[in-house]
Amino acid sequence: MASDGVVIVGASHAGFQVAASLRQAGFDGRVVLIGDEPVLPYQRPPLSKDYLDGKIGVDLLLMRPEAFYRDHRIDYLPGVRATGIDRAGKSVQLAGGKRLGYGHLVLATGARNRVPPLPGIELDGVCYLRTLAETEALRQRLAAAEHVVVIGAGFIGLEFAAVARAHGKHVCILELTDRVMGRVVAVPTSLFFAEAHARAGVAFRFGAQAVRIAGNNGRVEHVELAGGDKLRADLVLISIGVVPNGELAAAAGLAVANGIVVDEMLSTADPAISAIGDCAAFPCRHADGNPTRLEAVQNAADHARCVADRLVGKPHPYTALPWFWSEQGPLRLQIAGLTTGQDQSVLRGDPASGAFSVFCYRGGELLGIESVNRPADHAQARRLLAAGRQVTPDQAADDSFDLRAAAAARVG
Amino acid sequence: MPRVTYIDTAGKETTLDIDVGTSVMQAAVFNGVDGIVAECGGSCMCATCHVYVRDDQLAKLPPVGEDEEAMLEGTASERRPNSRLSCQLVVSAEMEGLVVYLPETQT
Repeated sequence: MASDGVVIVGASHAGFQVAASLRQAGFDGRVVLIGDEPVLPYQRPPLSKDYLDGKIGVDLLLMRPEAFYRDHRIDYLPGVRATGIDRAGKSVQLAGGKRLGYGHLVLATGARNRVPPLPGIELDGVCYLRTLAETEALRQRLAAAEHVVVIGAGFIGLEFAAVARAHGKHVCILELTDRVMGRVVAVPTSLFFAEAHARAGVAFRFGAQAVRIAGNNGRVEHVELAGGDKLRADLVLISIGVVPNGELAAAAGLAVANGIVVDEMLSTADPAISAIGDCAAFPCRHADGNPTRLEAVQNAADHARCVADRLVGKPHPYTALPWFWSEQGPLRLQIAGLTTGQDQSVLRGDPASGAFSVFCYRGGELLGIESVNRPADHAQARRLLAAGRQVTPDQAADDSFDLRAAAAARVG
Repeated sequence: MPRVTYIDTAGKETTLDIDVGTSVMQAAVFNGVDGIVAECGGSCMCATCHVYVRDDQLAKLPPVGEDEEAMLEGTASERRPNSRLSCQLVVSAEMEGLVVYLPETQT
């Protein structure tokens, strides 16, 4: 059953990029890309932005046109689920009975929406925003909606809220904690975004827990909060994060702990199986080597290139600097580095001007930089952090300090 | 529809008829022109849709914006005076006959 080919399970950013990078690097064996959605691989970031807003169609969402897969001898299997891995026999079991042999298996299974155990969660009008099909349903629903409730104030919830407000909908965001994007950004950035959305007319309920979604004739009508308040809603977006898809790996006896556990080469304990992208927990050089799982296009694509390099005989550990972005109405948030565990944040520029950066430190060490409408800061931040260079809190706060020169300076 | 020509480092030319309003990056990706990665999908976030514009045509392009200027500093191939990010080059009638050269690498 085994072959010298590469089988990739999951056809989003990470899976697609492995296939493309293998061919670019001259890999000559068979490449099979398995996706469980019925469409060609597509880009997810525009779903919550330009696609939802109707500015672009499906054609411009696609990673590449159909001919690309033929021209590059990538066997793309759409609408197919992998249901098991036979590690001894080096094959993947597909739903429907087929088996696919592999020389190397790449798990790029991604993540799925976290679904809260709320009564009424099954009602018509409760939406999600992760796949093309979900976004399609959401877009149609949004056109007819008047009152929108968003559960969870992360990137997706806020990006959607900005689009919904721009379409004139009443929008209320429920957030269990006391600030927006609290898992990923520093307090000054949270405050700035909450104020900006509020100025645009978005209502916030912080420390608010939804306890029930209620409806009539199967359609959502309101969201009930702990404490008894009822919020009118004909559309509810659930955006409380994701769960990594580790079941396939776990069933095959591979370690899974908030993601499929891999080493710094992105290999599982089975040298014939790698895991990449949203589903992979890897030792991150930019997080003191701690197991890290990231949900980001950069992470997916750079993981993919690292594994493709290894499979064509040019192995190297994964060291890329993590970066992220979010577009919320007119606001561009760009983040370089990982700021978990920060104990000091320093402002560069004035949030009142609408453009600023926040330098995040732990024990005086620069961890990461969040930039709002300051693209030049972000560009320099990536270079600084990738090179392991430091900027002191005093330098960061001094707008006349030349970041560009600091990023370009020779070390030692 | 304005025609744009892409020339890779091996000298291979691809000429596309592009709808006004579509970016030079989008047209390349949609038509399978290798050499444009466009990892961020056109958000001016990644500098992997870098092109060199034929020098005599620079003047007919829109000026480099603040986001593009910042990202151009991080291109994988050398930035030159005629470097642009093709996601920011939205095709207009004035761009008829535009020629862009693809860099050695985008990542």
